[in-house]
Amino acid sequence: MILTNTTNYFAKFIEYLSGAEGLNLGFAGEILAYVVIAALYLAFFAVAGLMLVYMERRIAAFFQLRLGPNRVGPWGLLQTIADALKLVAKEITGTERKDGLLYHTAYYLVIVAALVSLSVVSFAPGVQAFNVNIGVFFISAVSSVGVLGLIFGGWGSNNKYSLLGAMRSGLQMISYELSAGLAMLTIILMVGSLNVDSIIEAQQSNIFLIQGHIPALIAFAIFIIAGTAESNRTPFDLPEGEAELGAGFHSEYSGMGFAYFFLAEFINMFIIASLTATLFLGGWLAPFGITDSLPWQPLWGLIWFFVKVLGVIFLMMWFRWTFPRLRIDQLLTLEWKYLLPMALLNIVLMALVVYFDLLIKF
Amino acid sequence: MDTQNLQTLDLKSQEYFINMGPQHPAAHGVLRLILTMDGEIVKNIEPDLGFIHRSIEKQCEYEGYKQIIHLTDRLDYLSAHINNEAVALAIEKALEIEVPERVKVIRTIMGELTRIASHLLWWGVMGMDVGALTTFMYAFRDREYINDIMEDTTGARLTMNYSTPGGVMFDLHKDFVKRVKEFIPHLRSVLPKYDELLTGNIIFIKRMKGIGVLSPEDAINYGATGPVARGSGVASDVRKIQPYSALDRVDFNEVLLDGGDNLARYNVRMKEMYESLNIIEQLIDNIPDDGIQAKTKALIKLPKGEFLQRVETARGDFGVHIISDGKKNPYRVKFRSPGFSNLNTLIKLGKDTLLGDLIAISATMDFVIPDIDR
Repeated sequence: MILTNTTNYFAKFIEYLSGAEGLNLGFAGEILAYVVIAALYLAFFAVAGLMLVYMERRIAAFFQLRLGPNRVGPWGLLQTIADALKLVAKEITGTERKDGLLYHTAYYLVIVAALVSLSVVSFAPGVQAFNVNIGVFFISAVSSVGVLGLIFGGWGSNNKYSLLGAMRSGLQMISYELSAGLAMLTIILMVGSLNVDSIIEAQQSNIFLIQGHIPALIAFAIFIIAGTAESNRTPFDLPEGEAELGAGFHSEYSGMGFAYFFLAEFINMFIIASLTATLFLGGWLAPFGITDSLPWQPLWGLIWFFVKVLGVIFLMMWFRWTFPRLRIDQLLTLEWKYLLPMALLNIVLMALVVYFDLLIKF
Repeated sequence: MDTQNLQTLDLKSQEYFINMGPQHPAAHGVLRLILTMDGEIVKNIEPDLGFIHRSIEKQCEYEGYKQIIHLTDRLDYLSAHINNEAVALAIEKALEIEVPERVKVIRTIMGELTRIASHLLWWGVMGMDVGALTTFMYAFRDREYINDIMEDTTGARLTMNYSTPGGVMFDLHKDFVKRVKEFIPHLRSVLPKYDELLTGNIIFIKRMKGIGVLSPEDAINYGATGPVARGSGVASDVRKIQPYSALDRVDFNEVLLDGGDNLARYNVRMKEMYESLNIIEQLIDNIPDDGIQAKTKALIKLPKGEFLQRVETARGDFGVHIISDGKKNPYRVKFRSPGFSNLNTLIKLGKDTLLGDLIAISATMDFVIPDIDR
């Protein structure tokens, strides 16, 4: 089966509970395992999304000399959950003259794309639902399907502002996909594998950001810029473009329809951050192996992974609360005239570095 | 489909209308712009006013002269004190009242504080319009100091209603001088931080430089005043041309920049804040002590004739034109608002730009819609 990794964990867990040895789950057991894993991912999706919204609001407050949410629950932790409950309870309003099929498909597309790409993310050694040999390519491919959701939503809303937002998101996400992909390829040159676990394990000696020195640093910068653009965040938040388009592609959504778009944005950011952590920062590996001798290895992996991911997310939030927004032509100029040629040259540079074996390993 | 078919295929593209406002995040009020768009490019702009028309000029014909001042708060609410002052000055001119020196100095200090508060709010909103949300909080934090100072003395934070014909409503609060003196170095220390956050940002400069260029000729032809005209190098500061209140005895520079683009208009306002601080600094130490009210009758009647007073609000040249037929209320009052003329320049500047640029240009124009639409 494809989902071996996590079903194995699941089997081990059942063995641990029942005390049995070498338990065979059987067909029904495996189906049950899938269902439980899917439920776990959905729960993670919701909790991580809401906690990232909370984090965003607190960090925004930190940058803006305010307190942020601090009333509901300890340190305001339950604030976003209360907000989500409010959105669930809200009346669904919207236009009557919409294209119903596209309008309602849109948010499912966005959310399914985010969820499916999440399944390949390797949280800790072996903690990964879906271990495929084309891992990072898979994430990149599936998460691009999300742009269809944005375009469907903008088109289906029958609103000119939404349409403008959708058009911008199409332009932006497809353009920046190229740079992001090329930056990924630069790193993959060093491992020769697309598999997420192989990429992480190849960084045992030290992380790729240091191993690949100059080209890796350039690729890192390109990837962060392109990743911010792909997750539609300031300075690349043109599809929403608050001051220009109201709310852009999700102007006509309310209640949970809006909440899905909103959560998916944050999960997309999480995916970009976890890709950055995996490709450049060594994923779940402890820096210099400082926790390698401790017990509870998968747990330590999980902790290091989240530390790195949250660090990258903090960086992206820092961008958002500091930078103004680009204009649409500047956005495309940046990608096609600067980032893309740079990424291409960078690949050549990295190829030379790898060929002459100039990597820094210790 | 082969190439032959593709060429003969009638791919229609058409211009479309889009209503920007009256409810729009970048409209700063209820301004409705009817845009003709070709994709992202703005082809034509047609402002549609009337959503916040309150007939203030007509109302003035039914109010006594003391009451007119209260209505002017609601024109350009960010320059409320300066509007009050304009009407008070016009009435004093008509009655030929000489107001105490203390009143002149107080009015000037309050006016400059109002200007700083207005420019601070503009700076915050300007950042938001180009997508930098943090500027808003910074600007509002520092504007709060001015609001508190105003509140101490006048009892109000936004619509001060402080000037009366012949004087001011109340004497200064006992902490006024101390708090203003605390505020001046504070603002001097934070303005460079503003520059670090927004002005020096490469994205911001790319969005501002060379966008929306208003030539000096156009600025004059359209009647643009205030920072909009001064950004194009047109000297138009009423404080210099016809000094009023205590402005004739202070030393300050009229900020004139050439370029006429967004960045010039932006820099004019940023530098004007320093100039306003200079004016306050020169006056705050020796406020004369000769009373806060000249002697006026309880019921003011203006002599027959026409009376005009111009002042420089944060937005430009604000004029009050009173026509009196000798009764207790005016025959006709006309306000010349700077925003209205400045809005007209937007029609020219916004044409054939991208939607994002139109927002940036309108942000540097610093519109207050109740000022345009009275």
